[in-house]
Amino acid sequence: MPSLKDLKVRIESVKSTRKITKAMQMVAAAKLRRAQEAAENARPYAERMRAVLGNLAASVQASPTAPKLLAGTGRDETHLIVVATSERGLAGGFNAAIVKIARYQIDKLVAEGKTVKILTIGKKGREMLRRDHGKRLVGHVDLSEVKRVGYENAAEIARRITDMYNNGEFDVCTLYFSRFQSVISQIPTERRLIPAEFEAPEGEAGQAAANYEYEPDEEAILADLLPRGLATEIFAALLENAASEQGARMSAMDNATRNAGEMIDRLTIEYNRSRQAAITKELIEIISGAEAL
Amino acid sequence: MADTFQFDLVSPERRLASVQATRVQIPGSEGDFTAMPNHAPFLTTLRPGFVTVTAEGQVSEYLVTGGFAEVTPEAASVLAERALPRGEVNAEVMAEIEAEAQAAFDSAPEEGRTAAAQRLRDVQALTARLRG
Repeated sequence: MPSLKDLKVRIESVKSTRKITKAMQMVAAAKLRRAQEAAENARPYAERMRAVLGNLAASVQASPTAPKLLAGTGRDETHLIVVATSERGLAGGFNAAIVKIARYQIDKLVAEGKTVKILTIGKKGREMLRRDHGKRLVGHVDLSEVKRVGYENAAEIARRITDMYNNGEFDVCTLYFSRFQSVISQIPTERRLIPAEFEAPEGEAGQAAANYEYEPDEEAILADLLPRGLATEIFAALLENAASEQGARMSAMDNATRNAGEMIDRLTIEYNRSRQAAITKELIEIISGAEAL
Repeated sequence: MADTFQFDLVSPERRLASVQATRVQIPGSEGDFTAMPNHAPFLTTLRPGFVTVTAEGQVSEYLVTGGFAEVTPEAASVLAERALPRGEVNAEVMAEIEAEAQAAFDSAPEEGRTAAAQRLRDVQALTARLRG
């Protein structure tokens, strides 16, 4: 049985842990608000971009000269898996969830005999994947110096991926990230980046697309827009990821704070009981001593 | 016939304008044009320049460095790579944009050379105009 002093030390230590988790939770809450705002501000651009690209893609798809970014290389041998995670831990299952679906896909592709290359964004994903897929890692994007993810960061990553693609280093590119749904729910998501995938425009919109006038012509515009569309997708994913990370951290820290509180209550009860027991014991000793006289 | 149309100006990071406009002047890559209500459906890439929006008698200007514009009879949207209200444009910003264009030109691959040169010329003309 721990002594009174031991218990006191433990209570103090758990109390300071609770202070830290509480502070982290509040920081995450503040950052979450900002990250969510950023994600919402970026949405209109991404939506219009997708709509326009979808229209364009639908009208160019059939053409044999369609850009490679859209049409693909015609092969399915080498896959580039881009895993976007956070730079810091202590965010509950956030990173593990993303890595889990990415790893599942990697294992599946390897089992099918495909070549897999991995590009990681964020330190945590790299650490987790290095263990069993170390030799498949082909690159890493370090965002630890970046306070707020900007469009330039995404454009840089997009350029890197496009360069690799143009050098024939892979055929298919898939991005893994976490979509922000709410503070308690972030959904690990996969999105195919290359060849680009668009939902077919619906009936009426599809008709309207045929009537557009293009300047310069459709294919030139598409060639200009596709790399931008790629950057936009990555940017949107990075922002969703940032919001998800803060959301996950917030709920993880909320849990930790609550657990610490429970632990303090339990230890306090134990402490009080032991103290009472010690007092009773002393009293009994005094009384029996007095009776013996 | 409607005498205004919905105009949106968005950059990847934020929405700069969303108004009912009467006319919008847009710097297309193959020439400036003015979008008005009931314009024919039109899609073009942009060159560096100013987008001039006339809405409710007010005229506002935005600097765009590139991107594209989509015009339909009911609406026009400009998706700019980078967009700034006229008030936030100063020599410093222009110098930065010019340096970027220069760097892009210097590192441009053979087939993108003409486009990068054109872009650099556009930016330089713009800077000169602003100084002017």
